[in-house]
Amino acid sequence: MSHAPLRLGEKLAWGLLGLAGFIGLWTLLSVSGIVPRQFLPSPLDVLMRTLQLSSTPFAGATLPQHLASSLQRYALGVLLAAGIGVPLGLLMGWFRLLDDIVTPLFDGLRFIAPIAWVPFAALWFGTGIGGPVLIIFAGAFPPCLINAYRGARFVEPRLIEAARMLGTGHLRMILEILLPAATPSIVAGLRVSAGLGWQSLVGAELIVAAAGVGFMMVQAQANVATPTVMAGMAAIGIVGMLIDILLRQGEAWLRRRRGLEA
Amino acid sequence: MIGRRGWVSLTSVAATLLLWFVLTTATGLVSPGRFPSPTEFWQSLNQIATRGYAGAELANHAFHSVRLVVLGFLVAIATGVPLGLWMGWSRRAEAAINPIFLIIRPIPPLAWIPLAILWLGLGDAAKIMVIWFAAFVPAVINAFAGVRNIDRPIIEAARMLGTPRWRLVSEVIAPAASPMIFTGLRLSLQAAWTTLVAAELVGALVGIGFVLNMAQQDIYPGMILAGMVTVGILGWATTLLLGLAERRALAWNVAGRD
Repeated sequence: MSHAPLRLGEKLAWGLLGLAGFIGLWTLLSVSGIVPRQFLPSPLDVLMRTLQLSSTPFAGATLPQHLASSLQRYALGVLLAAGIGVPLGLLMGWFRLLDDIVTPLFDGLRFIAPIAWVPFAALWFGTGIGGPVLIIFAGAFPPCLINAYRGARFVEPRLIEAARMLGTGHLRMILEILLPAATPSIVAGLRVSAGLGWQSLVGAELIVAAAGVGFMMVQAQANVATPTVMAGMAAIGIVGMLIDILLRQGEAWLRRRRGLEA
Repeated sequence: MIGRRGWVSLTSVAATLLLWFVLTTATGLVSPGRFPSPTEFWQSLNQIATRGYAGAELANHAFHSVRLVVLGFLVAIATGVPLGLWMGWSRRAEAAINPIFLIIRPIPPLAWIPLAILWLGLGDAAKIMVIWFAAFVPAVINAFAGVRNIDRPIIEAARMLGTPRWRLVSEVIAPAASPMIFTGLRLSLQAAWTTLVAAELVGALVGIGFVLNMAQQDIYPGMILAGMVTVGILGWATTLLLGLAERRALAWNVAGRD
């Protein structure tokens, strides 16, 4: 825009300046007591607390144990969403009748924020594993379905016509033509799903759970343990980022493999 | 005229409603303690609309929730869009602010709720803070991308004509980036609703999320469903309004018209 792209050194310098400003301001506000330290612990306090939580339990478990139970629910919810959403999306992309049947129902449900399922989740499952899984599912399901559907709908018509001329049946058409052609779109959808599912998990655990990082944060909030709340936020942020990086790698790997095959 | 597609859709919705009636009222396969029958749903809706539930009537709860979403959303637009435009404009601003973003962005907005309650209590301020946070990130990112995607010749032409800086921003950059900005605002609005409902579920004294919370504690499935439907309708209505605003603001953009 107004400047040509910065040289790497200059970019790094500005980046470091920004980070230093951010962390400096945070530390200053906290250590100087402008904001009571009880409510805004310094970055170092949060780091120390995070390390401490990896061995001392809070709210019944250590941070890694809370993370493990969160991840277990998360995996279950996202796998369910992908396992139902992707096949349903492909089928809707192929059978027009199914599309017309499901779309109005789906559009109606989509405007209800996933988190609004919490009361029913609590009613149906209590604080067990089912409640959070339902909410993660509600968050992660729509992108799975939509992307598989779009991917299948926008397959090049010539491919379908050629396959049809060769007498390909419905099942093989979906598995061997639509699925491979829709894969990039499906994978992009899975990445969005993974992010939304992680976000829903946090919301669900704040309200209906008896373990997990979100539960730990709510307990810490009730005890005015700000460093523990922030440690929870850091853990959630880091794990969320790792999940995204992992999926990006998977996407890149898939693209390379397809590139070689083509 | 309703086409074949329309008839199938209508039939599908009707069949679902019928199935609901059959499962709950006619056969009792789904017990009323798990999911309400259509009658119970209607009675709950009637109760909250006329006599009130959880301390207020439906209109009051809805008004309170919508007000918070709109406030948080407006604050997010007012802060996020200019920041995004600035980051798009200046490479230095981008280089300095991006790393901070990289740290904060992976934390889902909902994870800020406990901290917001610690800082600001259970009142409106905490909710506006988390809604602002949720809506802020998409607003910044899309405004930034909007500026970066402007064709360079447009800006160079304006420069060559000696356009002053502020007119360049208000008459060239901001309008050219506005289709992307609106895409961001849609995401922002959705995030704002999700966050509001979650924040009200965690702690509130009025609002749709609070209705859901009370209905859950009272084990009152009819009211839970009434609350969920209200959330859906409000989300739908605000999205519709944003769409109208977009069409107005982007009337000049022929390519953007459907």
